[in-house]
Amino acid sequence: MDNILLQVNDLRAGIDGKEILRGINLTVRPGEVHAIMGPNGSGKSTLSGVLAGNPAYTVNGGSVDFHGLDLLSLSPEDRSHEGLFLSFQYPVEIPGVSMVNFMRAAVNAKRKYFNEEPLSAGDFLKLMRQKRAIVELDNKLASRSVNEGFSGGEKKRNEIFQMAVLEPRLSILDETDSGLDIDALRIVASGVNKLKTDSNSTIVITHYQRLLDYIKPDFVHILYKGRIVYSGGPELALELEERGYDWIKEQVDNQQ
Amino acid sequence: MNQDNTRPENQSEDIIKGATSGEYKYGFVSDIDTDIIPVGLSEDVVRLISAKKGEPEWLLDFRLKAYRHWLTLEMPRWAHLDIPEIDFQAISYYAEPRKKEGPKSLDEVDPQLLDTFNRLGISLEEQKQLSGMAVDAVLDSVSVHTTNKEKLAKMGIIFCSISEAVKDYPDLVRKYLGSVVSYRDNFFAALNSAVFSDGSFVYIPKGVRCPMELSTYFRINAAGTGQFERTLIVADDDAYVSYLEGCTAPQRDENQLHAAIVEIVVEDRAEVKYSTVQNWYAGDAEGRGGIFNFVTKRGLCRGDYSKLSWTQVETGSAITWKYPSCVLKGEGSVGEFYSVAVTNNRQQADTGTKMIHIGRNTRSTIVSKGISAGHSENAYRGLVKVVPAASGARNYTQCDSLLLSDTCGAHTFPYIDVQNDTAIVEHEATTSKISEDQIFYCNQRGIPTEEAVGLIVNGYAKEVMNKLPMEFAVEAQKLLQITLENSVG
Repeated sequence: MDNILLQVNDLRAGIDGKEILRGINLTVRPGEVHAIMGPNGSGKSTLSGVLAGNPAYTVNGGSVDFHGLDLLSLSPEDRSHEGLFLSFQYPVEIPGVSMVNFMRAAVNAKRKYFNEEPLSAGDFLKLMRQKRAIVELDNKLASRSVNEGFSGGEKKRNEIFQMAVLEPRLSILDETDSGLDIDALRIVASGVNKLKTDSNSTIVITHYQRLLDYIKPDFVHILYKGRIVYSGGPELALELEERGYDWIKEQVDNQQ
Repeated sequence: MNQDNTRPENQSEDIIKGATSGEYKYGFVSDIDTDIIPVGLSEDVVRLISAKKGEPEWLLDFRLKAYRHWLTLEMPRWAHLDIPEIDFQAISYYAEPRKKEGPKSLDEVDPQLLDTFNRLGISLEEQKQLSGMAVDAVLDSVSVHTTNKEKLAKMGIIFCSISEAVKDYPDLVRKYLGSVVSYRDNFFAALNSAVFSDGSFVYIPKGVRCPMELSTYFRINAAGTGQFERTLIVADDDAYVSYLEGCTAPQRDENQLHAAIVEIVVEDRAEVKYSTVQNWYAGDAEGRGGIFNFVTKRGLCRGDYSKLSWTQVETGSAITWKYPSCVLKGEGSVGEFYSVAVTNNRQQADTGTKMIHIGRNTRSTIVSKGISAGHSENAYRGLVKVVPAASGARNYTQCDSLLLSDTCGAHTFPYIDVQNDTAIVEHEATTSKISEDQIFYCNQRGIPTEEAVGLIVNGYAKEVMNKLPMEFAVEAQKLLQITLENSVG
């Protein structure tokens, strides 16, 4: 298992008794960017939800190793502490809870998990200031309620801001490009790129090639009917852009 | 928070069922030598209470009239509450800590008593107190000690127990007692008027801003008794005072009755802020025990441009029945009501306010935030009344409910009675649930569920919490969190 951050083996999962993931295999090493593409309903969001531990999904089989830990046995908050971050396709609004209080709770929960003292108010605000700059969010953010009244672009920038604060080992960006205009897309992508290091990894889940112009993947996987049916390099994304998903569907459906 | 490996599907259900490990930390009983009169209520008992307190004839008269009126009344049943039969003959109406001779200084106060209040976080030793606060400590039927009295007296402010006030300032008490809440007002007001034992009296003279928060701390200790306290606050012209009330009681299997009256008179341009953090014992998860809290609170904004503001955080009691109200008589007077009422397990609350607009250009604001969990029932009941003379009256009401389980109830009963065409009355209401999406979003950021619920609930209640004095706000926030521990999955 040397130098593997995430190892997914034959992962099967579903929701409300319906099987959606039918045996996913995926290996992610530190420093890599993986894109997972696929037509609607192929299971992209289920995969991100299952990895993050969303209780709405039921795991039916398989295993996930996350830097030596049995990921599926961890609570969602412990997965977070251990370095898994999910950028939500639809960030949730929490009325009345300021971003400052929310992030302080998040940061201090993580520190507690690692037996560290809570961050002082001064240090915390300094951290917020530093990280805010990465996604060009203004300082009014601090007093606003979590995602409440944010525009689509602000919500996604806010996700990347939280990612910057929590410094995850593995970030899963679930359809981060959906609902973004080109300027917001550029800011979000540049934020992700600034946070990129040799030791952390990213899984970009997307329907379109567009985002991959900004966040360059090392690997592209095509998810269809709950399985990864095709893996390749960045050129695969371009091919999909040109030819659509139909040829993949045909191939897979014919094999069955 | 290392949790179980498996997350059962209806985890929220399980957690709701396993509720109330959120422990009531004030549930202890103090071993204090207490003088309790035999149970039962009669004219003789009313006379006995009056005699024990060495009261003047007029007050005994007041009590007897109230008692006789009470005999003609029936328990009110209109609230959205399931109230078990209360046997009023099974309650003792007077319990006082036995003392040697009336303690003049704190050194003479029973150390057990001091210890009781210390454990409640209320220090009666002035040097150890939060600065800027004076406290009247009421245990069972009597006021035990009032701090900072001398300091306040220098400014002409009277802050003492109502028993002392009857002795030392009979004219003031006689003038105002029953002037806002008549003994004829309702069943519990009549009962209280007949048997009230102690409570606080506050008088702020003309033009004086009270420099510290005045606070009464009510504690029920003795078993088999009720608490019937009475508070009277008078703010003369241009005066200002902020007053806080806190309450706790031991954890017992039996229900105990608390029927209080608070009367407030606000004169010209004066302002009174009255804040309550009510944390009476709520009973256990199955609804055994807990305090029955039947309270009549009302303020009269008698003066022009006077202002009365009620803020309440209600987390305790098995049953809560209270409607702190404002009678806006003075021209341009202002009434406010900010409330957070939390019910969990088998608790029941029927609470709200009445805003009675009588004077011209009177204004009122109502912000009510109900939070229900477990199998509890939580009702807002409010009346906005504008009489024909009240031209230019204005009311804004916002009434929100937050549901934390599928087994609780939230109800809203707004009554609006407008008899003047120039009045503007607005009512907004929302009902929401803490969604699983919100909880998961917090979890994903590393925030455990308990803390997430606390964050969300405090965010929801923020508008009201912001109205509390600082020292109270922090305590109230923690209290919200404890009350709702394990109530959501």
